Amino acid sequence: MVTTLVPLIVVFPLAGFLFLGLFGSRIKNEALIGTLGSGAVGLSFLSSGWIFLSMLAWEVPDRTFSIELFPWIASYTGNPASFVSSISYRIDELSILMTLVVTGVGFLIHLYSIGYMHGDRGFWRFFAYMNLFIVAMLNLVLADNFLLMFLGWEGVGLCSYLLIGFWHDRKFDVGGYKPGTATTSDAAKKAFIVNRIGDVGFLIAMFLIVDRFGSLNFESVFGAASVLTPGNVTVFWIALLLFIGATGKSAQIPLYVWLPDAMAGPTPVSALIHAATMVTAGVYMVARCSILYALAPDALTIVAIVGAATAFFAGTMGLVQNDIKKVLAYSTVSQLGYMFLAMGVAAFGAGIFHLMTHAFFKALLFLGSGAVIHAMHEEQDIQKMGGLRAAMPVTFWTFLIGALAISGIPPLSGFFSKDEILWKAFSSDYGSPLLWVVGVAGAALTALYMFRLVSLTFEGGPRYDAHHVHPHEAPRTMTIPLILLAVLSVIGGFVGIPESLLGGNAIEHWLDPVFQRAHARLELQPHDPDVVEYILMAVSVGLAVAGILAGRALYLRLRDLVEQWQRRFARIYNLLWNKYYVDELYDAAVVRPIVTLSERLLWKWFDVGIIDGVVNGSAAVTAKVGEWVRRIQTGVAQVYATVFLAGILLVVTWLLFR
Amino acid sequence: MTDLNSYLILSAGVFILGVIGVVTRRNAIIVFMSIELMLNSVNLTLVAFSSFLGDATGQILVFFVMTIAAAEAAVGLAIIIALFRNKQTVNIDEINLLKW
Amino acid sequence: MNIEVVLFVILAVTFVGSGIMVITRRSPVLAVLYLILNFFALAGLYLTLQAQFIAVIQIIVYAGAIMVLFLFVIMLLNLKDEEKLIEKISARKVLAVGLSAAVLLEVLYIIWSATPAIERNVVKAEELGSVEAIGKALFSDFLFPFEVTSIVLIVAIVGAVILAKKKLD
Repeated sequence: MVTTLVPLIVVFPLAGFLFLGLFGSRIKNEALIGTLGSGAVGLSFLSSGWIFLSMLAWEVPDRTFSIELFPWIASYTGNPASFVSSISYRIDELSILMTLVVTGVGFLIHLYSIGYMHGDRGFWRFFAYMNLFIVAMLNLVLADNFLLMFLGWEGVGLCSYLLIGFWHDRKFDVGGYKPGTATTSDAAKKAFIVNRIGDVGFLIAMFLIVDRFGSLNFESVFGAASVLTPGNVTVFWIALLLFIGATGKSAQIPLYVWLPDAMAGPTPVSALIHAATMVTAGVYMVARCSILYALAPDALTIVAIVGAATAFFAGTMGLVQNDIKKVLAYSTVSQLGYMFLAMGVAAFGAGIFHLMTHAFFKALLFLGSGAVIHAMHEEQDIQKMGGLRAAMPVTFWTFLIGALAISGIPPLSGFFSKDEILWKAFSSDYGSPLLWVVGVAGAALTALYMFRLVSLTFEGGPRYDAHHVHPHEAPRTMTIPLILLAVLSVIGGFVGIPESLLGGNAIEHWLDPVFQRAHARLELQPHDPDVVEYILMAVSVGLAVAGILAGRALYLRLRDLVEQWQRRFARIYNLLWNKYYVDELYDAAVVRPIVTLSERLLWKWFDVGIIDGVVNGSAAVTAKVGEWVRRIQTGVAQVYATVFLAGILLVVTWLLFR
Repeated sequence: MTDLNSYLILSAGVFILGVIGVVTRRNAIIVFMSIELMLNSVNLTLVAFSSFLGDATGQILVFFVMTIAAAEAAVGLAIIIALFRNKQTVNIDEINLLKW
Repeated sequence: MNIEVVLFVILAVTFVGSGIMVITRRSPVLAVLYLILNFFALAGLYLTLQAQFIAVIQIIVYAGAIMVLFLFVIMLLNLKDEEKLIEKISARKVLAVGLSAAVLLEVLYIIWSATPAIERNVVKAEELGSVEAIGKALFSDFLFPFEVTSIVLIVAIVGAVILAKKKLD
């Protein structure tokens, strides 16, 4: 039963995509399309749920297995080094968890989209793309070799491009472009291209893996790696290059610039792809390759530093944004930083735990913002909102739950996962107190900007024209997912209650077998709960509460003070508002030179000058030669006779003297 | 002194004279006559060999050459007449329609 | 210095001399006349080679028929010593003469180095050159080419007539 269900997990949304893609334009009934699209993902979720429940009953070693569908690349070189790569899926504790998250949250978002995309001309296209995305993401997390994972990796990148640019002609200001000139297609292009830059790292890492280990299959590679000793240079480079790929896909420094601009797409897209699933692919990948990172502690350090820096850095930028979705986008970048921080201090399980809880509350926050945007007739500037609490109570309360969760208030899910990360950052052999400080500062910022958002959007008095704009609550297809996600945000953390709080830390025990090799190599010392942990917990919660109160106070009652500060610290404010001018920097340092180089060197000089020159030139030469050669035909017979004579002379001479 | 060589040398000399006439003169009729000169010098060679080697084949060949030369002269002169009717000239340099 | 040699020399000089005259005269009629002289000298040379039949044929066919044809055509076209036909010395002509001289030298070299001294059997040659012998050979060994030449002559006649005909409008 299980073996047939595994491929079905992917087949359901694939069938959905094919059907909707081929026939969707002819189906006029939105409910039908929505049901088909959501139903496909729903069936996927049920299948993976069944497999998960079965796995609970099995012994630990039985929980890991691969199912091969068919060989993809089989190259037999004759000697023992042949290369085979197949479409096969690996079920283990980590991949089933990821699958549940992807299909579960994905199903809720599909449901929400039925209401959100109502009336859109490309309704069927949207669901087709979303199903395709689910297919690609599932391939990514279920792959049992790097090549199939890369296929999924690129597939989600493609779907991200298709979905960001869904309303392709809409004007949207993209970082690095002159204001008013860019459209959503430019945002989609930017996302895809920046991702591609990271993918170069992934590809080179794959080449190195094949070179070093002779295979791309996870089991083969990790099995061979586990007997190596740390300090191997090749493994370091593999780990680092894979991480570069992760910075692209998961929007870390330096390749995060695409994520805020990806908000050009419809809100369900932002929720699914740019919050809950695609951007977590990098985190998943690092977790999957934990043994490789364990063999390269320097790479681990780099991951941790980049993660912590991104967490803080993005938080500062989210503080001054006025677009509701952009605040959430920077928040996503920041939370991803936390996940990488966890990976970098060898707390792999904690990172995955945060991935799961973040999927719940970030999707919730995005979907809530979508409800708000719809209610405000596509207005996204929070400065023009306010007082929506009364008009949209369900949205407000679920949004509030999401904000509390992300701020790390116990007993919501965000508290348990974030706190685990912070504790491990401080206490792990591979962490340091400095990382903890940066992390906790970022947490404070998170609380601050989230409650700035809540206050400006829902509380206080309306700052919009109440005569023309009448916000109302969202339809049930939108509010039910919100409620469900809110419930998950509340109870989702209970699977990871740490020992210090008398919990069993179920999730980390569940994931232990996956990280066993890495843990063995890293020789981590288990810590008994001690006072320091409680102190740190208290500090982080306290800072979170302080952030919440400050956010509410500043933006509800002390707005004038805020404006005063904006003027006094105008330079800093502008720096943050312009996102540290990173987009402009990239544009000047990378984009402009490449474009100029391509235009001047590759296009005008090489393509037009040399290639066209050679082609046209050879034609011109032929014509010229022809012009010269035709003069032989003088038309006068005696000339021909003279030539005859010369020929005779030559032949006779040759015959005589050879 | 009248051995084979002298006849051959004589023939070669007149043949070359014919060649010079063909490539040098502009009047088409003179060119034709130079061609006849060439043909005749070859005839002389053939007859000389036939006489010295005691084989009649040479002279038979000369017979046929003469026949063909006569036919060729007739046709060639007819062409010249036709040409003259159209272009009013027998100057070979002016008959160059196949020029580039 | 026997009579043979003297005769040969006279005939040879006439042969070459008239040949030079043919190719250098400006007037076509003069050229024709010199060519006729050339043919007579040639006939004489044939006789020194005991080729009686060929010698007679030479005079009858060449000097008698072909040259008359030439004269007819010249008179028909009414060619005079036109200004346009005055020969100019051009590079092409110099080159041609040079090439011809080179070829001549080569041929002379071949003749000098290759031909062995052969003794002539005069009596046999006389026999071979007689009308009887030629006739026998023509109608036995060379019958087919003989018949074919008759066709060639017919073709030539028809062709010449058609080519030179005035177009009937």
